[in-house]
Amino acid sequence: MFKIARAEILAPDIKRFVIEAPRIARKRQAGQFVILRVHDHGERIPLTIADGDPEAGTITLIVQGIGKTTKLLNMLGAGDAVLDLVGPLGKPSDVRLFGTVVVIGGGVGTAIAYPTAKAFKLAGNHVVGVVGGRNRDLVILEEEMRAITDELFITTDDGSYGQKGLVIDPLKHMIAEGRKIDEILAIGPVRMMQAVAEVTRPHHIHTVVSLNSLMVDGTGMCGGCRIVTTSGPRFACVDGPEFDAHSVDYENLVQRNRMYVQREAQELREFMEHPTECVEHVREGCHLEHQHPEVRGATTEAKSQ
Amino acid sequence: MTTQGGANKLSPKERMKVPRQAMPEQDPELRRHNFEEVNQGLTVLGATTEAIRCLDCAKPNCMKGCPVNVNIREFVRLVTEGDYLAAASKIREDNVLPAITGRVCPQETQCEGCCVLGNKHDPLAVGYLERFVADYEREHGKVGLPPIAPPTGKKVAIVGSGPAGLSAAGDLARWGHAVTVFEALHEIGGVLIYGIPEFRLPKEIVRQEVDTLRAMGINFETNVVIGKTVTIDELMNEEGYDAVLVATGAGLPKFLDVPGEHLPGVYSANEFLTRVNLMRANDPTYDEPIYDCKGKDVAVIGGGNTAMDAVRTAARLGARNAFLVYRRSKAEMPARVEEVHHAEQEGVQFLMLTNPTAFVPNEQGSLCAMRCVKMELGEPDASGRRSPVVIPGSEYDLPVHVAIVALGTSANPLVQSTTPDLQTNRKGYIQANPETLRTSKKGVFAAGDIVTGAATVILAMAAGRKAASGIQEYFDSGTWDGA
Repeated sequence: MFKIARAEILAPDIKRFVIEAPRIARKRQAGQFVILRVHDHGERIPLTIADGDPEAGTITLIVQGIGKTTKLLNMLGAGDAVLDLVGPLGKPSDVRLFGTVVVIGGGVGTAIAYPTAKAFKLAGNHVVGVVGGRNRDLVILEEEMRAITDELFITTDDGSYGQKGLVIDPLKHMIAEGRKIDEILAIGPVRMMQAVAEVTRPHHIHTVVSLNSLMVDGTGMCGGCRIVTTSGPRFACVDGPEFDAHSVDYENLVQRNRMYVQREAQELREFMEHPTECVEHVREGCHLEHQHPEVRGATTEAKSQ
Repeated sequence: MTTQGGANKLSPKERMKVPRQAMPEQDPELRRHNFEEVNQGLTVLGATTEAIRCLDCAKPNCMKGCPVNVNIREFVRLVTEGDYLAAASKIREDNVLPAITGRVCPQETQCEGCCVLGNKHDPLAVGYLERFVADYEREHGKVGLPPIAPPTGKKVAIVGSGPAGLSAAGDLARWGHAVTVFEALHEIGGVLIYGIPEFRLPKEIVRQEVDTLRAMGINFETNVVIGKTVTIDELMNEEGYDAVLVATGAGLPKFLDVPGEHLPGVYSANEFLTRVNLMRANDPTYDEPIYDCKGKDVAVIGGGNTAMDAVRTAARLGARNAFLVYRRSKAEMPARVEEVHHAEQEGVQFLMLTNPTAFVPNEQGSLCAMRCVKMELGEPDASGRRSPVVIPGSEYDLPVHVAIVALGTSANPLVQSTTPDLQTNRKGYIQANPETLRTSKKGVFAAGDIVTGAATVILAMAAGRKAASGIQEYFDSGTWDGA
């Protein structure tokens, strides 16, 4: 059991969790992720670690409620717990002194890009941040990003905040101005990352994306997360999650990520019909797990007799 | 001198006349729609009748055929005496997972393959009897714990909770060491949980065998990936472990490397089976998704036990056609005869001498067919099997919605890559001394598939026991003069 120490809402259906996981907190580096299972009938989902505090023994996850599991997770709060949490998985971001680095976060992708942006800054880079969202509500971590970047651009699709447009617009502008860019990290929806890759490809600017393919174990065992790259198939869990943006077959990624779209929609519908029941189930599970193993053993025994 | 039990006063000739007892099975028509166990287990009468067939050889060949040297003669004798609990305890002296090995061991090439009865008659059904006594013990709630030596003060970490790790843990705990088993997944058992389907090995049985080990004082930690969550060096230098056994298995799936292999709808057998076995995707009350196989055409590529498990799972998920596609002929299939037979009974269609060359997408980009060529058998290759050769012009498309690649596995580099002084071979498997199972790194041992490449549950268990002895010998001698 991994206890939720704190939880707060950042934006509609986007929540920040601080979770007690001392071993992971000690080891995690920017760019790595965890796999989490909320309850005993739950699925395993990968989530990139947004931050960590080795002294406090906690990690931070920022979750957008999209499917059943993330919506259920977002109904939990401080004092609740998730059943399983494993990590840190994947390779850490390649953080070095590059010179000028542009870090682009779209929607909840900003949460994933933030720790690496911070690490880029600490490594002495000139960090340019671009934070975008569909609308004002979906621009997250603006203050945090402002604190660790040298320049920050905000964009919204609808113009409700910052400049109207896409995250690639400030990037295109910088390139047009002839500014020297040494490294780009783009994290967000697949189509956004693909768009960034297409902008930088003709200019040969090294660009990195963090890919969110479907996963089960996260250790290289199932191969479900495979990404088609120009140098052959790679596993996002152990070879990634970050990849050279110009090597990725995005169409294949989009198709693979849509594999269970019908089932996921059905599960979400069923969940939304009785969400509190599911939360109760999770809390009950926490309660049982908190009991001393011997007490738990005795109760099971009593039941079977 | 051995004593014959009261129930077994028959002469050898009379005993040889008793026919081998058949394993009661769930009806194929029924079972292809459920995940309940196929083999139902012998009855008390069936087991005692079978046990009577044992010739009680002075030099039992069967025991030589057993990788962990279970005292087969003695446990079978105890069955003839009706003392099933004592029979189970006798097995447990050498095998901590009898309910599991009784189900999944390839007895036909081991104990039963060596049984002298097999020369003229059917061999003694050692596997059925092992399963019977282990089930009897469990169902009567009388699983006896072996005697545990007083604490030695030594701490051992075991990386991986599959058969190698569990059997090593059992021996080390009996000898009084403090044992912690680390598992990356959320459930203990490794391949026994994620790989072998419920209909062959009910997970409840694995859980109960693990509970027995827990009762012996073994500590289990799930959700820990050694090499990521904590490294081997940290275990030894910071967490005070005196020895570490790496038993991580051969977990990396192999693919065919043909066009279209990464289309939605193409799975590795590892993924397909893990979604069902570990994550219960077949049960609508669980959230993990799997491609809906109901009414669909599913092809599994491969000829081993994992391929059989995958294709039989696909049939149970409601596949309209469950194809087993193998590039050689049935005679060359590495799968157990029993599994092939069960698959046939369940309506699996065997497409032999067939090899996929590409996976074909439909307009939406999902898998809709598998391009295949027909093969014929040519000259024997290095493995002694006749190698398949493509028949020119034989290409055709087999319509399928789901394809599962079951071509075996290779070494998972996670532990090795974070433990630089752990030497591996060309293929990435850990190098270990075949006798002591010592690796190139002081205090670190390795056993099972991560050393040998993919093998069987029982061979991994045998390796685990050997590693336990190797660790004991290291503790006794206190020296480490190279691997």
